Amino acid sequence: MTVFEKPHALTDTPFHYCPGCTHGIIHRLVAEVIDELGVEDTTVGIAPVGCSVFAYNYFNCDMIEAPHGRAPAVATGVKRANPDLTVFTYQGDGDLAAIGTAETVHVGARGENITIIFVNNAIYGMTGGQMAPTTLLGQVSTTSPYGRIKEIQGNPIRVCEMVSTLDGVAYAERVSVDCVPNIRKAKAAIKKGFEMQKNKKGLSIIEVLSTCPTNWGLSPEKSLEWLRENMMAHYPLGVYKDVSKEEAK
Amino acid sequence: MGEKLLMKGNEAIAEAAIRSGCKLFFGYPITPQTELAEYMAKQMPKRGGLSLQAESEIAAINMVLGAASTGARVITSSSSPGISLKCEGISYIIGSDLPCVIVNVQRGGPGLGGIQPAQSDYNQATKALGHGDGHAIVLAPNSVQEIATLVGEAFDLADIYRMPCMILADGALGQMMEPVDFEAKPAREIPAKDWACCGHGGKRVHNIVNSLYIEPDQLEKIVLERFERYKKLEENEVKYEEYLTEDADIVLVAYGITARIAKTAVRNARKKGIKAGLFRPITLYPFPKKELNALADKTNCFLSVEMNMGQMVNDIKLAINCKKDVYHYGRTGGMIPSPEEILAKIEEISGGNA
Repeated sequence: MTVFEKPHALTDTPFHYCPGCTHGIIHRLVAEVIDELGVEDTTVGIAPVGCSVFAYNYFNCDMIEAPHGRAPAVATGVKRANPDLTVFTYQGDGDLAAIGTAETVHVGARGENITIIFVNNAIYGMTGGQMAPTTLLGQVSTTSPYGRIKEIQGNPIRVCEMVSTLDGVAYAERVSVDCVPNIRKAKAAIKKGFEMQKNKKGLSIIEVLSTCPTNWGLSPEKSLEWLRENMMAHYPLGVYKDVSKEEAK
Repeated sequence: MGEKLLMKGNEAIAEAAIRSGCKLFFGYPITPQTELAEYMAKQMPKRGGLSLQAESEIAAINMVLGAASTGARVITSSSSPGISLKCEGISYIIGSDLPCVIVNVQRGGPGLGGIQPAQSDYNQATKALGHGDGHAIVLAPNSVQEIATLVGEAFDLADIYRMPCMILADGALGQMMEPVDFEAKPAREIPAKDWACCGHGGKRVHNIVNSLYIEPDQLEKIVLERFERYKKLEENEVKYEEYLTEDADIVLVAYGITARIAKTAVRNARKKGIKAGLFRPITLYPFPKKELNALADKTNCFLSVEMNMGQMVNDIKLAINCKKDVYHYGRTGGMIPSPEEILAKIEEISGGNA
């Protein structure tokens, strides 16, 4: 009897992610949802520049690599050309909340029927630990070596709160993958996002608080603690928008 | 003969695209191409297609990237400043070997420049539509009628060679009205798009549309393969028109709207006893190098007439290996040269020796 196996939606290519990085968990959750919904053969995934740029090697569905920040626009083109496809983007915080802010806002305003998996680890991982739009005040990075200072580098962006004000957003939830109960909740949120897309409700965005032990300079375990103590305080977990609940009222 | 319609160049581009099986337009308003977007907005919903106004030129070209990845025929249009914004996306499209059609209805630059016709994006279009080693096919129609033919050809070439194709027009061509006949051209054989990302349907391994190759030897291999395709393009797809070049002592080289003005100047020069001719490149990339080089053996000199400070002139010099003199006459900033100005330049060069 098989008790545990790799989701079919993941290829056998080994992940390149650093030890303790939570991208692997999030990849697996997305793949499990694709398997459970039986949509791998009609899914197109889009991964732009960032640590997850190689996602095209890891997912078994058709995959597109997009320019930095532009995944929501690329996803719009895919979905409008072929509305029957399931389309998801897998984006980091620098990608989605800095260089791609306009694309993020307008994909929400248009209410495109796509699902965004937004991995927020409060830092630029791929380029080696620079300040992100989500870097916390006081957080040290290679481009905020004295800690992020509000007066100089401005404030971190809360994406779920911001996009939930847009009428075209059907579902916005912030989750975390720091412990098993939260991983289960994260999977349920991703599944809900894909279902919203299937029911043509509009944009679904799942923000996943994630760790970057390498660039945070912490052990994997300490990173999880840091996430709980610091990130969750500034980025509270929870559902920020759910049109299915509003419709039920 | 089909039905003759009176149309603006911008509208003819849109109509020709729809007739070529293009069902998707992504754009952003900018003068002097806006009639194209407006025509698409009106026509696409009625003809089973989609016209979507993006939040920026950057988003529009990335929507094109996404739609082209699914194998669909797709078009976007803009004018000079907007094309600069699209260049990032065009580079990714080139690097991902995606077919699409991009229209540049040029205006004066640099910067915000002006809104009058120009050809000052020649270098950008033919040499550097974005970063990296790569090219797009560049077609330069010179009439509303030729637009009708070349837009269809642009889609075919893009599909056959798996690369973006630019229609390089200008504000004059985009805005002027001429009769046009959209007679169907013979269809070319289009290879199956087995690379497209449209869901694997459980029938194949997953397709990947990508421009990232982290190993330099792998990236070099990919670029070399792409340049093999460019070579085939140059062997098979070069288009040009010659007018009175057979016995010409001076050959004017001009494309697009400027070629029509230059033609008048050639006729007027002939009336004055100067043996002038006109060579009109229709494909700006690939550039008709071989053909110009052959002409260089017969004529005394060339005069490049452009609405810029001298961009194509360098390609002519390279094509003929500088074996004959190559002069330039240009107006810039949105100014259109007159046949009289061009004739004066012909006379100045000929200096009575022609």
